Formats: sequence, structure tokens, C-alpha cells
Amino acid sequence: MTPHMVPYMAYEIRRRALLVATAASALYAGMARLASAQTAEPVGPQASDVSITVNGTPRPLHVDNRTTLLDALRETLHLTGTKKGCDHGQCGACTVMVNGRRINSCLSLAVMHDGDEVTTIEGLGTPDDLDPMQAAFVAHDGFQCGYCTPGQICSATAVLDEIAAGIPSYVTDDLTAKLSFTDDEIRERMSGNICRCGAYANILAAIKQVAEERA
Amino acid sequence: MKPISYERAADPTHAAARAANVRGAKFIAGGTNLLDLMKLEIEAPAHLIDVNGLDLAEITETDTGGLRIGALVRNTDLAADARVRRDYGVLTRALVAGASGQLRNKATTAGNLLQRTRCPSFYDTDQPCNTRDPGSGCGALLEGAFSRQLGIVGTSESCIATHPSDMAVAMRALDAVVETVASSGSVRSIPLEDFYLLPGETPDRETVLMPGEIVTAVTLPAPVGGRQAYHKVRDRASYAFALVSVALIRHPDGTGRVALGGVAPQPWRNAAADAELPNGARAVMSRLLEGARPTEENAFKIALAERTLAAMLAEE
Repeated sequence: MTPHMVPYMAYEIRRRALLVATAASALYAGMARLASAQTAEPVGPQASDVSITVNGTPRPLHVDNRTTLLDALRETLHLTGTKKGCDHGQCGACTVMVNGRRINSCLSLAVMHDGDEVTTIEGLGTPDDLDPMQAAFVAHDGFQCGYCTPGQICSATAVLDEIAAGIPSYVTDDLTAKLSFTDDEIRERMSGNICRCGAYANILAAIKQVAEERA
Repeated sequence: MKPISYERAADPTHAAARAANVRGAKFIAGGTNLLDLMKLEIEAPAHLIDVNGLDLAEITETDTGGLRIGALVRNTDLAADARVRRDYGVLTRALVAGASGQLRNKATTAGNLLQRTRCPSFYDTDQPCNTRDPGSGCGALLEGAFSRQLGIVGTSESCIATHPSDMAVAMRALDAVVETVASSGSVRSIPLEDFYLLPGETPDRETVLMPGEIVTAVTLPAPVGGRQAYHKVRDRASYAFALVSVALIRHPDGTGRVALGGVAPQPWRNAAADAELPNGARAVMSRLLEGARPTEENAFKIALAERTLAAMLAEE
């Protein structure tokens, strides 16, 4: 391989439409909204009865079918520890455990969780009786504003379980060997939780401490 | 989000019949892509058919020594399966390169195959998009549009979007086959190679699936051995879509298979390129990316694809 590779094949750059096309697209945007008004109608009830066990307590709910698990937790059950950040599965602030596995509660409908067991940050520990992960985040200053913290803590708790269960990650070297709690493994597995204050170094330290306590 | 009615499917054929006959119906499994798009009203189903209760969540061995992966097997479970890790390493590597831990816990095998493109013009409803609204034009080809992430090969004047899956790239390298059931109850097996349609003038037609037809499983042939790797190049270290990704299966004699992600409307592989593998990365890519038509913003992908494969070959 030469140190400075030249383009190895001829290719043609695709031409772009001229600016006049943007006027057409502006006109188009209005037409599209008109067209989308002609969609199909629901064929049954638009709300449903479900029972979701939240932090050990069965909670019967009557929910609009569109209600996300996140909105059901926050707006209906008033468990506001779980946070809404992006509402599109990109930030991780809404992370909760469902049947023991972490998910983005913003990208799941409450109606789809009938009979499921949900654990939120309120179910992990209380101010008087902190979960070890909560205590470690406090001890290591693993936050600044705190908004992403409930999601970080739920996610971190699940990450340690996932490593213990032998679920591989993108940075796992040997797919058939026992996994270890390295910094790289923890960082990679926490990549679905964004902290805009940038407390990552301390978050990593907190998770490491709990991993070592568990070992 | 538009109002929706909701039902739980009892069996695949019935689910397919409901999806074919109820206007505005869609299947939902993991929901991680569909709900994202419903919030933006890019998808606006009137009725959801929840398929999570179907008995399609197992990975079983086939008569020919391969694996049959149920449509509802979660990405996490597929990546962690001991047989997949041992015999189909490229698939585990690709799965864990995609999304985040939270999303992989929900995302299903069939849903991963059927996820929609992340093209910025598809997502921005103020932009034209021939996939979202046929005939409106391609916003990604307008002056000033953002096309760094988009396709360079297999694209058309109507659409330069890429298929975003990592899993599908590995499955393409492994000659996976998609199993379906139609509303009539008839089943068919579709090689992944034939599952996606090139955009041409109809980018809204993304797969060969008929209305209501439901994916029930993906099968893998018996293990092919070799050293298997998946390398994903992206704008940040984790949790981002590929600029270029390479699935590589390489045998001790230097022969093997190469599939690319992040460059085309579907996982990109051909036999002529595979045959060049003993001759190195440049020989492979000159076949695999023949006829490429990048934009100014993504022409770098041609060199990046070659360099990524070259780096992988040098590692061995």
C-alpha cells in the first residue's frame, strides 16, 4: 500500500439540482401536508386497559394507545425520576428496566407492556437507602445538572448485568472468552446515554467502583 | 402522532391477513424505528398489529447445519447466542456495532432488516423525498443538501439514501435467506440478496414483500468458517451510523467474501468483487464500487472503503 493513495477508480460526481428546485420544494412541502390529511382511520378503540407492574406494584392503567411507556410513568403515575430528553431514543435519559433489561421508555408504547415488570430509578433506591450505583454516582460526582442521571444509573446497573451475563460488545476482543469489566467495555456500553455536562470521567469512575464491589 | 387502534396478533398468517386487509395497518415489534417515525408523522399508521406475542423468538438449528433465527429474536440475544459467536462471528460483530444497548434489547431481527433509511431529507418533512412522498423529488440532491452520510453506489436520480443496518451487511456476507408468510398462508424463502429493491424511479418500494406479508425468520447456511470481522467507520467512536462498514470473511488461502454497509441502498456485495479478494483491497473495491456516483460531500467514501478493507487485511 502506498502512503498516499490516489483515487483508484474513475467516478462521476453526481450533479445537484440548481436553486430553482428549492422553490419547487417549498411549494411541495405545503402539498405534502395536504396529502397526509387523507390517511386511514383507526378501526377500533383508541385507548386500552393495561396493568404494568412498576417497582413491584401492579398499576392498572387506561391509556391512549399512543402513550409511550415514558409518558405513562411520568404523566399518569407521576414517577418523574425517569426523564424525557430527546424523546427519540438518542439520549438515554428515559432508560428504565423492563423485565430486567434496559430500554428507552420513550420508544415503547405503554399498551405493549401489559403484564411487564418495570423498574425505574425510584425502584432502585430511596434517598434514605441508596442503591450502590446511586451512592457511587454521589461519591464520584458523576453528574452536574443531574438531568441525565436517572437514565445513566439505570443503564449502568444493566451494563454490569450484561457484562456478567457474557453479552459481547463492539470492543470485546474474543467473542468466546469470559468478559471483563474494563474501562473500554463500560464506555462502549454506556454510549446510549448522553451527558451534556460532560461528567463522563466521573460516571465511569462510579460504575467501576460498583463493578469492583460486586467482583 | 395520529390516533391509532391496536391489536395483538395470535398467529403469523392471521397477522398477515389483518395487515393486508385493514387500511393503514402496520406491524409493530420492537418499535424503536417505527415509533420514532410516528412521532414525526413520517409513518402514520391508523392501526397497529403487535406481533410480540408470536412464537418467533427462538434460534434453532436447521437440517442443513445452519441456524434459523426467529423474526422476533432481539438483537442483543442474537449477538450473544453462543452458536452465533462461535460460527458466525461477523454477525455478532455487526450487531454490536449498531445502535445502543437499550435499542438492541428491543430491536428485532425482522425489524432491523425493515428499518427505514436515516437520510436527512427523508426525516425532514419540509424537504422533498421520493421515498416518503413519491414524485416530490430528492432533497438530498438539492444544492446545499447534507449528503455526507448518503449512498455512492446503487443509487439513482430519485434517491441516494443508504440502508442503515449493520446486521444486514453481515447477513448478506453469510448468504442469509428471509422466510415469510403471506396473507394467504403461503410461505416463501427470499435470499437476502434479492430481498431489497434498488431505488430506480420508485424508491418508495424498498423490499419485495407483498402487502401484509410478514417476515417469520432469517436462516443462515451451515458455517463457512474463515476469519470473520466487521469494521465500522463513523463520525464518533460509538452509537452512530456507518460512513462505511465492511463485513469480511477470509479463508487461509486468501479467498473470501466482502460486503459493504453505508454506501448503498442495501448491503452491497457481488461475486466479481469477492473473487478479487486474494488480490487485495483495491482490486476488490474497483469491482464492488464500479459505477459509483458519489456527491462532492461523500466521494471520500470510495477511498475510505478501500482503506478500511486494506486495514482489515493487514490486521490478519
